[in-house]
Amino acid sequence: MNAFKLNPKMFLNQKILTKPEMELHRLGFGEGLLEAGKKDEAVVGLCCDLTGSTKMDLFAKEFPERFVEVGIAEQNMIGIASGMALEGKIPFCASYAVFNPGRNWDQIRVSVCYSKTNVKIVGAHAGISVGKDGATHQGLEDIASIRVIPNITILAPADYDENKKATLESAKFVGPIYLRFGRELVPKITTSQTPFKIGKAQIFVEGVDVTVVACGPLVYEAIKAARILYPKIKVEVINSPTIKPLDSGTILKSAKKTRAVVTAEEAQIIGGLGGAVAECLSENFPVPMRRVGVKDTFGETGGPDDLIKKYGLKSADIIKAINEVIELKK
Amino acid sequence: MTDAEILKLKKIAVDCRIDMLKALANAQSGHSAGPLGSIEFFVAMYFSILNHNPKNPALPERDRFVLSAGHYAPALYVAMAHAGYFPVAEFIKTLRQFETRFQGHPHNLALPGIETTSGPLGQGISQAVGIALAAKMDKKNHRVYCLTTDGETQEGQVWEALMFAGAKNLDNLTAFIDRNFIQIDGNTEDVLALEPLADKYRAFSWHVIEVDGHNFQQIIEATEESKSVHRPTMIILHTIPGKGVKEIENDYSWHGRPPTQDELKKFLPELEEIKNNL
Repeated sequence: MNAFKLNPKMFLNQKILTKPEMELHRLGFGEGLLEAGKKDEAVVGLCCDLTGSTKMDLFAKEFPERFVEVGIAEQNMIGIASGMALEGKIPFCASYAVFNPGRNWDQIRVSVCYSKTNVKIVGAHAGISVGKDGATHQGLEDIASIRVIPNITILAPADYDENKKATLESAKFVGPIYLRFGRELVPKITTSQTPFKIGKAQIFVEGVDVTVVACGPLVYEAIKAARILYPKIKVEVINSPTIKPLDSGTILKSAKKTRAVVTAEEAQIIGGLGGAVAECLSENFPVPMRRVGVKDTFGETGGPDDLIKKYGLKSADIIKAINEVIELKK
Repeated sequence: MTDAEILKLKKIAVDCRIDMLKALANAQSGHSAGPLGSIEFFVAMYFSILNHNPKNPALPERDRFVLSAGHYAPALYVAMAHAGYFPVAEFIKTLRQFETRFQGHPHNLALPGIETTSGPLGQGISQAVGIALAAKMDKKNHRVYCLTTDGETQEGQVWEALMFAGAKNLDNLTAFIDRNFIQIDGNTEDVLALEPLADKYRAFSWHVIEVDGHNFQQIIEATEESKSVHRPTMIILHTIPGKGVKEIENDYSWHGRPPTQDELKKFLPELEEIKNNL
């Protein structure tokens, strides 16, 4: 019998199967922006009094003349960024996801998306794993609220390395982007050799019985679930860092093979990745489906691990959903 | 400015009012009072103040004009059309019509020379700040102009932008406010009082100049003064909403409605008479 293995074409970090190496999710953005800034002098950084915690400080220290401290004014930040983009700059606007896009949705809609200005909106501390700050600071509705706006691409990278690549690719990509990631240490799933392309989902684990489409820190939980169920259930794990436009080709091809789909994300299941996949499947190839994510509720204060467990975002929750869809397809 | 130059601007202003009312009556939709009251400002901007070339709207060294109050679109369009950006006849015929380039509120991608998209109030002033900041970063010498309105100034984003521009000494930015005291629900001071407005701007580190918004000489001289101040400048344009048509003047119910064709027939001779008396 063959052992459980990761898709060799993805050059993933094998240590996730034994002892995962951990790295701050947000550091990938900080380092990516610094590198993007070195490559292109049009890149500028704007922040609303959260320069250190969003990791924009790496860029700000290296390029003080290209860094704009906007103060605590998220609406103004987007307006300024839009104006700068009209003048040829590539502005990255960082704050917490609850504020950005939480407090400036109309500015993103009109000054960025409708106007097609080349602005990158960076929602840090996304997800329930922000923990002790409580529900006010846990960005769970950001994906859904942005996904309905035309002309914008949404990225939710899985880990540190992918976040760095997503940031670098965002700088090269012409057009509005919303990039979201979490605060915490997350397992290093990808490596510098793992391919990354905006708009492309990747098969991290090949399988035939069920498809799990995941993004962000839940990609690790999905791989873990696949490993636990192997070989009884062969799970195909798809990493979908681009939520919009969804890579429907890759997802439908997998769904046609497995005929059962689970989604997993650290966000509200309404309108997020789960919503996007449900829309895609129901219009093109309906199969039994379950969505793992925060289930139409607010979070609360607590340690990240306790919250992730309580709100159903662990590999065990993905396994339960897998069992349900497999039962349904019989 | 010579008297002849001012007379020329005054004639253009009447023509703009006539063509704008025709377009509004034709559209049977749009705002009348504010745009009528701001015509002198737009004519001053596009026929005197701006360094621009209507035949080359993307000229890199052009001055930037940002309309923050997007519902003033017809006044912006008519002045730009008369300046040569697009045909006046197309504006009159297609304003707010299906598949027109002349969208109800200005869209940067719909027409040449429109710098930004506006409509939801307060967004333009932030964009103007961003354009001014980018010019500073790149050591460019063009100036940035922005028109806001008084009702708009109730939006929090306006104050975020003002605070930022004042704190960062963006002296390449000259903003204007059309102080006509009307908004949809009534007089601004009844809806949500703005006064003492000039003091508020000063407290945000802006240089403030108050002018008669129907006086070309004053508008142009104040703008000239703003260029030599090492702070952003706010020029308060005291205007009469609906200026030029007695029935519309100072009546807030005209904020958001166009004239009917019958009303247009009544108003046009009044404007023609103003022109003949110049």
